[in-house]
Amino acid sequence: MPIPIRDDSMTDYDPSSPQVMNAFYRRLFPYRPFFLWLNQDQVPSKLFTHREFAFTLAGDVYIRYNSFHNSDEFKKELIRLNPSRFEIGPQYSARPRDRKTLAAGALQPQRRELVFDIDMTDYDEIRTCCTDKKICKRCWGYIAAAVKVLDHALRETFGFKHLLWVYSGRRGIHCWISDQSALDLNDEQRKSLVTFLEVIKGGKEQAKKVNIRGSKDDAEYHPVLGDALENLKMEFVKLILHDQDCFGTEKGWEALLAILPQDRDLIGGLRREWQSDPTRSSVDKWGDLQQAVAGLKKGNQLLFKKYERAMQDVILQYTYPRIDAEVSKHRNHLLKAPFCVHPGTGRVCIPVNPDQVDEFDPDTVPTVGELLNQLDKAAAENGETPSQRRVEEYEQTSLKSYVEMFEKHVAAVLRDSRSTKRATKQEGMDF
Amino acid sequence: MFRPSTRHNIPSSSSNPALEVKLNKRQSGIGSSGNGGPSSRYPYRLNFYERPPTLDITLEEFETFAIARLRVLSQIESLSHRSLPFAQLQSSITNYTKQHLLLSSNTARNANLDEERRKDEIGHWVLRLSFCRSPDLRARFVRSELALFRNRFETDDVNERAQFLRSLEFDWQIVDENEKMRYEKELRNCMWEKKDDAFRSESWFKVPWYTVPDLVGSRRVFIRAGMAYVPQSLQISLVLQAFASRLEKALELTAKNLPRLDEDDRLGPVIDHLASSFLSGVASSDYQSSDSEGAQGVVTAEMVDDVARKHFPPCMRNLYDRLKRDHHLKHFGRLQLGLFLKGVGLPLDEAVVFWRRMYGATMSDDKFNKEYKYNIRHSYGQEGKRTNYPPKSCQQILTQNQPGTQDSHGCPFRHFSPENLSSFLSNTYPQIDRSSLEMKDILDSVKNTHYHVACTRVFELTHGIKKGDGLGDGESVAHPNKWVDKSRELEKDIIDRIKNKEDSDEMMIDS
Repeated sequence: MPIPIRDDSMTDYDPSSPQVMNAFYRRLFPYRPFFLWLNQDQVPSKLFTHREFAFTLAGDVYIRYNSFHNSDEFKKELIRLNPSRFEIGPQYSARPRDRKTLAAGALQPQRRELVFDIDMTDYDEIRTCCTDKKICKRCWGYIAAAVKVLDHALRETFGFKHLLWVYSGRRGIHCWISDQSALDLNDEQRKSLVTFLEVIKGGKEQAKKVNIRGSKDDAEYHPVLGDALENLKMEFVKLILHDQDCFGTEKGWEALLAILPQDRDLIGGLRREWQSDPTRSSVDKWGDLQQAVAGLKKGNQLLFKKYERAMQDVILQYTYPRIDAEVSKHRNHLLKAPFCVHPGTGRVCIPVNPDQVDEFDPDTVPTVGELLNQLDKAAAENGETPSQRRVEEYEQTSLKSYVEMFEKHVAAVLRDSRSTKRATKQEGMDF
Repeated sequence: MFRPSTRHNIPSSSSNPALEVKLNKRQSGIGSSGNGGPSSRYPYRLNFYERPPTLDITLEEFETFAIARLRVLSQIESLSHRSLPFAQLQSSITNYTKQHLLLSSNTARNANLDEERRKDEIGHWVLRLSFCRSPDLRARFVRSELALFRNRFETDDVNERAQFLRSLEFDWQIVDENEKMRYEKELRNCMWEKKDDAFRSESWFKVPWYTVPDLVGSRRVFIRAGMAYVPQSLQISLVLQAFASRLEKALELTAKNLPRLDEDDRLGPVIDHLASSFLSGVASSDYQSSDSEGAQGVVTAEMVDDVARKHFPPCMRNLYDRLKRDHHLKHFGRLQLGLFLKGVGLPLDEAVVFWRRMYGATMSDDKFNKEYKYNIRHSYGQEGKRTNYPPKSCQQILTQNQPGTQDSHGCPFRHFSPENLSSFLSNTYPQIDRSSLEMKDILDSVKNTHYHVACTRVFELTHGIKKGDGLGDGESVAHPNKWVDKSRELEKDIIDRIKNKEDSDEMMIDS
């Protein structure tokens, strides 16, 4: 049913209403590329048929272990159940839907994209513009810095090629890696990779959360962190000092002093100076600190080195990606699918280009309401009925560019998967 | 495939590397290699177990070699659960393997290298059969085997180890000098040793990062474009990883082929039994009487009453008294007491006599034979899945199968009300007075849930031992059978002392 059109005035579509979600699943969700992305082949393979889907229905009903034979069946069920959101799990050793007929322990997770989740919650202690569930263009800066570092490390260090970054709909970002070598990783390998990348550790009560220099706290960084630090120095000045002004308030500068080595003269001097002139900006304060530390260089080389290292740690603590490690460690962890609609904001979880992550603004992400309005408008202009159209409906909305970005990514994944398959086939012939 | 040399004609899929053991009952197939240096079959002490043994073995060897190895593996497993420091763990493993599964290096004298290595190899392959069937068992087997291999690898002779590694022909890519210099800064950064010499003399292998997850997780290697640069000094990670992944794959393959194992009922029960005894912790440190007859020799049905009065801990004394009074115990009570008696040294046939006698006239012979005898035999590992269950430890008694309203099993300190406990103790042990300070002491411990402390105190009081000494060296009661062992040992000491005294008295008279 086409949604009734009113002249000029936009319809206010509520993303929490079942009709709106149903229209989204019927008319806008990009099933074809979505299927190919998970399946990595034109014909349904185990990567799709043995894959778990979990649906969240109205009233917080959660159904796990759904699986589908093909894209059409998936589409039908999605429209029928009309979930407010859905999540993707791993490819299991059998079809998850059959799990009740299987022997105990026969349903084991096997392959799964390597995934990462970065959420703004973990940045609450260091962001000054918003709190809690809110997010603005300014605090997106933290996410942007994290994406750049993580994207670089995953490509350069670990050699992955097919990274899909997806806006999570409110205040975070997900990354899906579809390389063959990523799919094949077992839990232990995933865990080791995450531990390798994880730098920020420790709970609320631990002030200094960067402890990566060995037991004596004086070793060199691992090269991959050296790389990251070079990039983050710029981000630190721009984001932490200028934009967020993290050390502007007393609480802010005390947090900084707490994670530095506790030399009474130096710390005491800085505290006195900043208390007597609370208007000094974060840039000035960081300059004060640098100056004070430089003063140590002649007299106390050892302490100078200590502070120099500590300042590097500060930069990491404020800008290094804070990843939700548990999500990445286990294959059976479920993660919200791309192109879902966030039930709270109505925003579509669209792919994000990591090269332009700085320009990304969460406020400009298309919402399901906007998209349906665009469809209404297009229908009014063309005067066509939807059934006669051959093109996909999302092409008439602002979702188009995002689906195209997704399709491009999927095409690259498919090319690679085909060539590996050919290689294994050839190998098989050699026997 | 598994191929016993009986005359069945089996379609042999010999390309399958699962296992090929020929069995021959008549002939013990030890070659005539005798003592001396390593033979061509076992040139190295270490073994990756790539080729299944194709020699003839006797049924007995099949089982005993496997059990010997099983002991070592379950010991390793229980050691690794105790979070010991690494060095201590390694030395414990070394000591234990020296006793139960000795494997000498080529330079060792007076060692029958071939025989040791043959035993090692056969044990490994037999256990593969028992442990391949579930993912859980496979994982535990791989973990224990890996720990064993690691221990041997690290204690191996340096030269022999190098030769062994060469024989494996790993296709590790060696980082050439150009590349080494290109990444000099990064590679040095990941080294412990900062000296120039160390860098120059070190060489690196290049492997996909996911083959060395332990090194990646601890940031001990440099990684670029998916390849980890592993220095020679960290090679052990690579070797262990290779060992584990090959073993995992082989086990899965064996599991797939196991149902097609065509054998004549001689091996099946052995294989089943091995896996289930691993699960129930055979040879684990729970409780092991020093030899199969029990620490103090066999106890017969007639002796139980005497032993009970002198040596039973409160929980067992309670059950025994109940049984004597009511001629009946409920299931978990029977189990707790029955396994305990087995640990004390009551053999199966005596156990049947004992229980028959205890039930007395309340039960017909027919009913006893039908319903109770089976359970007794079962708990001695003679029925069902044939697990030789170990006696329950205090921890199990305290936490498992909580007694219901009609049950009398469990731990009196935990499961009795304070009033009942104090009257039970004062009635059972004349040494403890109801209103004494000691009783208050015991009840206080119970209140603070220190049940073992309370129990140990009772042991001290009833055996005239100083407070704090416990079962010797301050050890507290952690297992009912340890109480009995210590109690009987103390009694024996006293008897010996008296005897010695008498002897010397006699001698005095003589002289």
